[in-house]
Amino acid sequence: MSATATTILNLPDQATATVPKKNYITAEHGLLSWLLTGDHKRIAMLYLVSITFFFFIGGAFAGLIRLELLTPQPDLVASDTYNKFFTMHGVIMVFLFLVPSVPATIGNFLIPIMLGTRDLAFPKINLLSWYLYTIAGAMVIASMVLGGVDTGWTFTTPLSTHYLNTHVITTGLAIFVAGFSSIFTGLNFIVTVHRMRCPGMTWFRMPLFVWSHYAASILMVLGTPVLAITLILVVLERVFGIGVFDPTKGGDPLLFQHLFWFYSHPAVYIMILPGMGVISEVVSTFSRKRVFGYTAVAFSSVAIALFGFFVWAHHMFIMGISNYSALVFSLLTMLVAVPSAIKIFNWAFTLQKGSITFETPMLYAFGFMGLFTIGGLTGVFLGSLGMDIHLTETYFIVAHFHFVMVGGMLMAFLAGVHFWWPKMTGRMYPESLSKLAAVVTFIGFNLTFLPQFILGYLGMPRRYHAYPPEYQVLNVLSTAGATVLGVGYLLPIIYLAWSLKYGPVAGNNPWQATGLEWQIQSPPLTENFTTIPIMDHEAYDYEWLEHQNQHGGTYIG
Amino acid sequence: MGISPVLWQFLVKWLNSSALFPREASTIAPWMDALYFFLLGMTVTGVALVLAIVITFSLRYRKSVHPVATQIEGSTLLEATWTIIPLGIFLVTFVWGALLYFRIYNPPTNAMNIYIVGKQWMWKAEHPGGQHEINALHVPTGQPIQLTMISQDVFHSFSIPDFRIKREVIPGRYSTVWFEATTPGTYHIFCTQYCGTNHSVMIGEVTVLSPDDYKKWTEGSTSGMSLAQNGERLFASMGCNACHSGTAAARGPNLAGVYGSKLQLTSGQTVQVNEAYLRDAILNPSQHVTAGYSPIMPTYQGQISEDGLIDLVEYLKGLKTNYRVQQTQVTAESNSTEPAAEGGNQ
Amino acid sequence: MPHESAIHEPAHHEHEHVFIPQHRHHFETEEQQREAGSFGMWLFLLTEIMFFGGLFFAYLLYRNWYYDAFVPASNQLNVPLGAANTAILITSGFFMALGVWAAEVRKKGLLVIFLILTTIFGAAFLGVKYVEYKEKWEKHHIPGASFSISEFVNPPIDAKTGKPGQKPLNVDMAQKTQIFFFLYFGMTGMHALHMIIGLGLLIWLIARAQRGDFTSGYVAPIENFGLYWHFVDIVWLFLFPLLYLINRHPLQ
Repeated sequence: MSATATTILNLPDQATATVPKKNYITAEHGLLSWLLTGDHKRIAMLYLVSITFFFFIGGAFAGLIRLELLTPQPDLVASDTYNKFFTMHGVIMVFLFLVPSVPATIGNFLIPIMLGTRDLAFPKINLLSWYLYTIAGAMVIASMVLGGVDTGWTFTTPLSTHYLNTHVITTGLAIFVAGFSSIFTGLNFIVTVHRMRCPGMTWFRMPLFVWSHYAASILMVLGTPVLAITLILVVLERVFGIGVFDPTKGGDPLLFQHLFWFYSHPAVYIMILPGMGVISEVVSTFSRKRVFGYTAVAFSSVAIALFGFFVWAHHMFIMGISNYSALVFSLLTMLVAVPSAIKIFNWAFTLQKGSITFETPMLYAFGFMGLFTIGGLTGVFLGSLGMDIHLTETYFIVAHFHFVMVGGMLMAFLAGVHFWWPKMTGRMYPESLSKLAAVVTFIGFNLTFLPQFILGYLGMPRRYHAYPPEYQVLNVLSTAGATVLGVGYLLPIIYLAWSLKYGPVAGNNPWQATGLEWQIQSPPLTENFTTIPIMDHEAYDYEWLEHQNQHGGTYIG
Repeated sequence: MGISPVLWQFLVKWLNSSALFPREASTIAPWMDALYFFLLGMTVTGVALVLAIVITFSLRYRKSVHPVATQIEGSTLLEATWTIIPLGIFLVTFVWGALLYFRIYNPPTNAMNIYIVGKQWMWKAEHPGGQHEINALHVPTGQPIQLTMISQDVFHSFSIPDFRIKREVIPGRYSTVWFEATTPGTYHIFCTQYCGTNHSVMIGEVTVLSPDDYKKWTEGSTSGMSLAQNGERLFASMGCNACHSGTAAARGPNLAGVYGSKLQLTSGQTVQVNEAYLRDAILNPSQHVTAGYSPIMPTYQGQISEDGLIDLVEYLKGLKTNYRVQQTQVTAESNSTEPAAEGGNQ
Repeated sequence: MPHESAIHEPAHHEHEHVFIPQHRHHFETEEQQREAGSFGMWLFLLTEIMFFGGLFFAYLLYRNWYYDAFVPASNQLNVPLGAANTAILITSGFFMALGVWAAEVRKKGLLVIFLILTTIFGAAFLGVKYVEYKEKWEKHHIPGASFSISEFVNPPIDAKTGKPGQKPLNVDMAQKTQIFFFLYFGMTGMHALHMIIGLGLLIWLIARAQRGDFTSGYVAPIENFGLYWHFVDIVWLFLFPLLYLINRHPLQ
């Protein structure tokens, strides 16, 4: 199958093509070779399996929540159980799925290749990251099995320290461990980008995917330790009852809020920035054009990271922070919204005078652009002080963050998985099924979360097990959407798994993309390159690609 | 508002009747809704713009009609445009939102105060006249009402969506919010900060009455002492009158008229005496020693409930003379067998 | 490691380079490896600063709010022991720095001696800390159920002056001393935990140094551990004055 008028997909002749016998998957055999690997690509695959596993557990909890919310009465499960549902959904989705999703899978796999080097700076620490993640996941499952935790993923004190007798400590320590997994991943990326770029690979020749991960890594490295110490303080307070957050003993519950949100706000940028990197790559490839305003997109990633550290108290506008403090944080929140807007316009204008095709990754990218715009703009509602008073702690917030995280980040993750699947596995997935899944996901998503904006303005609080009957119709719509969404997410599991054995052979560069990863075999060799490349052209240089194709192709081995 | 009131009413009522929009039942609600419609307009415009660009370019430059891409580096002019215009709009939002915020969290001086105590899992409303309500709040129209709120345990949040007001209810310190109801009716009260098992059941109803009906309700539900009267009782029974007797030789400062005044402390600080200060001074006296006095006041942490503290604060707010204080002292010290409550009668 | 065992082209025709045995093959040069390792350690120390930062922030807040409780609580700490510990830790750091030098000039014997001295002084620090913690336990100053404020409400009479050694606190302020002690144990405890980890690593490094691993051109582990050890030292240099020296007037 080769490029036609409507697709740039260019597969090798299936009668003769085979997946290369020697690649990182076949290099060694046996479980231990995977569990003790230092190869960033194998670690990425280990992560892919783990996070997919946790995604479906978190998703199951979401399904249960939506099922309960079909009726206004609290009739499916007891209140304590429902509270555990949304807590586990939040904890798993935030810490065990969203934070590592793109960086630990696609980032791990691609960053060394994109930079023209053989591995990340610290392969053993990379493996350690995965083990820490797995231990954290096991601890979360343990706390689930032992009875669950119902603090909400935000661990608000004094509820979590003095008023609940569920497995707060186990979960808190689990997240502590997961935090270090994230810190080490970020640390690895930063050192790799600084020290291991191949000759000729200047900062401004790096793909924008790497820029986004660099920015996200700064956040991971500087923000996550604060979460770590905050969780330790919560655990100590539970165990010893000292009162650092307890007002009856002179402590300040607002101190917890400041410490918690100091990480958890940058955390949302840790989650979204890598996804934005994916979108840059996908939009560029399927428009056959360099990303419009490369420098602007690169700097806006770093700007988001920087500004992202200074807006945390916008989660606390109604909690009694001083009016002046509220003013400062609201202003900074408005500023942090601007770089994201810049990116959306840059991607949109990448389409201008391009040659656009609509393969699955591009469909997900379009979905991202629309849904992230809505999600991001609704963030502006919440950054506006007066508006936040009415909207905070309602379903408007739930809708806002699901738009950016699910409509944005998850779509970007799926875009990335579909875009680099042929590179990572050597196989192509069935295009018609994947397009169907993308469309189903988009429809399901909108049906699930658009009604929640309305519910939020109506005043329906979040984390409610029961609600006034006049909110039922909107809730039913939302649950219906969730069902469709679930189908949309199950489909990829099925056809991606199928493609591993039966999918057509992909070849080195099925998308005819630029980028070092497309100039090596699919799947890559363990050492990525037979010789370290020398980067002598800009990123997204389609003219160079055209020129190379006319002179024998881009494969460098 | 720059839009015809008739049109506005029509829009809002139509939206409300289709169960897609809350009622506007307070003076601040239209202001909130105006900002909301602006932001909604901004969002729709923004999304439409992005969609228009994406769809137009996708169709116009799809591969079948535009097989070769033209490489474009960028455009500083465009970058500047889509940096400055969104920034401008967001800054307008910032100013508008900030003004609204200050409006909602700065009560007018003639606001009537009602205390709200939140605890797992119910709301207690305490009117100054002594009316107590659970998960309910009766208020008159046309009168600014300030809610002074505190939690007895964990974080809660008091929300009346139809009034468009909400504030966190925190353990250990008072938080306030005000509103003026415009339309008689009943409206939801929600707790919007997750507070444990029965968070979704910590709901109630605010009943807005016309001023006459409200007066009738007050008279009908008064059963017992007002908050201040209760406070006076506590003031005597907890022994406060022993030091704060108001005489020249008293060990503690004179509290008559202290509410609302500026007080100098031994630390050199000057503080404004409000509800929060009074509550804090009772619980953490060491940090609130009036200049010229010794730090001998014991703490009452753990000995008084939040309700009791509210009673004391209400009492002190209205305390103008120490006559009755000294009366209760005399009575307490006398050898007579009369009940000590004699000084605390209506 | 799997990828090192993969068949590898003879990578360097341009210059005949014999790598040190500890060379990791994903690095092109030893210099790249060393720089990456060093950069990685500095970044890790940055995360440690953010980690301790949370505790310092809490300290900032509560010292500001409850200064009157922090003063007598801090005065309970033993300044001579704390000062001795500061000197001990600085000495330990000094020996570590000498160890790095010894590794660089390839003197194995000296390296081992300096590492051992670093460890001994580090252990001495922990020993003094144990003594201090034990004293706190005996005086019921460990936060939690057994915490007692009696010493702050009724300070013991100073034999020399016949008056209480410090101003007695009211009960509500005395209760805030528990927050000081929580911060004391939290911060010094976290610091001690980092020292214990460091001592464990030191023992491992001593064993490897004895084998000669670090005196034939490969000094990165010693250098990077040195960075870590000095960081732990610097944290103590902040903890000591902030915790021990609140409102001390030794000449009065």
